[in-house]
Amino acid sequence: MIKQHYQSIIVQTICSLLIPFIQLFALYVIFHGHYGPGGGFQGGVLLAVSIILQRLYLGIKISHQKFSPRLAMAFAAVGLLIYGLAGIIPMIFGGSFLDYGNLPLFWVHDAERRALGILIVEIGIGLGVFGTLVLIFDNLVGERW
Amino acid sequence: MVWQLDFWLLVILIVTAVIALSLKDLLAAVAALSAYSFFVALLFSQMGAIDVAFVEATLGAGISGVLFIVALFLTRRRSED
Repeated sequence: MIKQHYQSIIVQTICSLLIPFIQLFALYVIFHGHYGPGGGFQGGVLLAVSIILQRLYLGIKISHQKFSPRLAMAFAAVGLLIYGLAGIIPMIFGGSFLDYGNLPLFWVHDAERRALGILIVEIGIGLGVFGTLVLIFDNLVGERW
Repeated sequence: MVWQLDFWLLVILIVTAVIALSLKDLLAAVAALSAYSFFVALLFSQMGAIDVAFVEATLGAGISGVLFIVALFLTRRRSED
């Protein structure tokens, strides 16, 4: 379907200028999620949007060399692993599931440890959503990879 | 809470939903569905649910439109019913 890149210099320039700002805003949404609106899910969707925009204007072949679907699968798996470990590790240290107060970070204060736990879980959710949405797009387009 | 704003947003919302259901050209129906999602996001943010509005604007108006268009390229563009 989208084999070669889009033959318009305006579209290519605008997209290549726009993609870093979308990724920067996505990182802001992830890391600022527990202070304002946003969070891991929205930031992951924005990261996936930047990669899908690159797939649309560069074409599948060059875009798979820049960001391969196997890397997207690895991102999704690492995100799920981070979320699961942030849930399981407090159970080992005597709390319940996702109880951030029992994370083994003994050098930070108690309330600060809970805030750090929320941030870790948000990063895991963001990576998982990012990899999964890019994988959904790649499997829907149907190229072999 | 301005009730005029609420009322007209709801009217435009229902109109875009009926347009998206009644169009025969499925690409235009996807565009109408994206507009519907955008007005849902405006309505959510007007009611104070900024977080839900953010999800609706990114997922509903962004990702799902792209995925529907990719699915349309693999099938036919006109609907028969």
